[in-house]
Amino acid sequence: MPSPADRQYTESHEWIKADGEEWIVGVTQFAVNALSDVTYVALPPIGKSLVAGDPFGEVESVKATSEVYLPVDGVITAINSELQKDPALLNADPYGAGWLVKIKSNGIAGNFMDAATYDARNPV
Amino acid sequence: MDQQSPTKLKTCFYDYHLKHGAKMVDFAGWEMPLHYSAGIVAEHQHTRQAMSIFDVSHMGRLKITGKGAQPLLEHVCTRKIGGFAPGRSGYSLLCNEDGGVLDDVIVSRFERHWLMVCNASNREAIIKWLQTHAARFDAKIEDETFSTAMVSVQGPKAIEYLDTVLPEPASDIKRYQFQVQNYLIASFAVFRTGYTGEDGVEIICGKNVAQMAINFIAKSGEDKPNGLKPAGLGARDTLRLEAGMPLYGHELTPTIDPISAGLDWAVAIDKPFIGSDVIERIRLRGPERLRVGLEITGQRIARQGAKIKSENDEEIGEVTSGTLSPTLQKVIAMGYVQPPYVAVGTEVLVDIRGTHTPAKVVALPFYRR
Repeated sequence: MPSPADRQYTESHEWIKADGEEWIVGVTQFAVNALSDVTYVALPPIGKSLVAGDPFGEVESVKATSEVYLPVDGVITAINSELQKDPALLNADPYGAGWLVKIKSNGIAGNFMDAATYDARNPV
Repeated sequence: MDQQSPTKLKTCFYDYHLKHGAKMVDFAGWEMPLHYSAGIVAEHQHTRQAMSIFDVSHMGRLKITGKGAQPLLEHVCTRKIGGFAPGRSGYSLLCNEDGGVLDDVIVSRFERHWLMVCNASNREAIIKWLQTHAARFDAKIEDETFSTAMVSVQGPKAIEYLDTVLPEPASDIKRYQFQVQNYLIASFAVFRTGYTGEDGVEIICGKNVAQMAINFIAKSGEDKPNGLKPAGLGARDTLRLEAGMPLYGHELTPTIDPISAGLDWAVAIDKPFIGSDVIERIRLRGPERLRVGLEITGQRIARQGAKIKSENDEEIGEVTSGTLSPTLQKVIAMGYVQPPYVAVGTEVLVDIRGTHTPAKVVALPFYRR
């Protein structure tokens, strides 16, 4: 299934999508498939300020623990507490209910891929 | 994401794995199923509740023949294998001269030869090790890994099911015994052994009949809720960890002796073998560290290398394996700690990526059937 066209993608398998004045960040199906069953998601505190490329959390599965990287400079405005209660949401719906954080950002760092380019580089 | 390095070796069930939605990974140079479409946790739970079939063809299968086969094995194995009658299998360690573990194996006595099944990652090293010592014993080592296949069928429903599909009932084979069975032109060996903590068997057959065998054994599994379903190496690891079983490269290495590993029962007291002097001294003096089970609070998994600390923040040991136990729904780990901390109930801290997480020592195994 192709990745949703309404957002952009990074080399390290995060996605970023505009949401009014803010941006939502998550990880891709490709990343989730590599992890297998997600057991724990560590997310940052609200208000934390980060620079593009900073790790902002961890996704842990039975198999491995992976850091997730913020695609742009930003301040955390919301975290997905449903996901913290039920990490399996990430396996079930990485592009919807499995979102990780919302941020306010001053600028878009660029160097993202669109869905078609990301899918070409990362066949699921 | 890392690029997968090109792998050279495939078992004869490669197409079967792909057909069942396997996610393939490189394991010791073999392309093996980490899990199938169900996922690691579902495959683990299905094994505990019903039965699963695992492809373990990547493991080394070494045939040892000659007049010197038995003395060679007595010389390299910690276990007293000379007491095995034909049809018997037993767990043993192979150690170096310093008493460190080179591998853990299952040794089986056939009518006219011996079979050693070893870890995939150690196959070449163990062949060399045996060949180095074989000359003085008049024994021959043959690597049968590439001409045979091996599967493991494990779970509470496994024996009952296999009684209906195998030529001779699996329930007639006692634990750690095996039987050579025949069906038409095919001959295969059925061992009542396993690495999951459940009852079950492991079957070795010639590669030429392997496809027929797996189709036959797994034929009606997928559509029945309690039927035989495939499970991958991911579930194999979480199952053996729950069962408190050591894994070479984690709980067993050339710098860890069998006494520290809690495997005294697999070490003969009154026979010389490579490493026996050192091991005897450790047994008498007491080891400097011991393998324990840990139950860790919270949901973050402690992995190999995570430091174990006393409540005073002193480093007292290290984690060797860890996971979130699908059966217990707790984070569990095995590791080594200094002797004052081995008592069940001892409270310790585990450094999980910077966070000192409370944990306690628990008895092994974590799960018993």
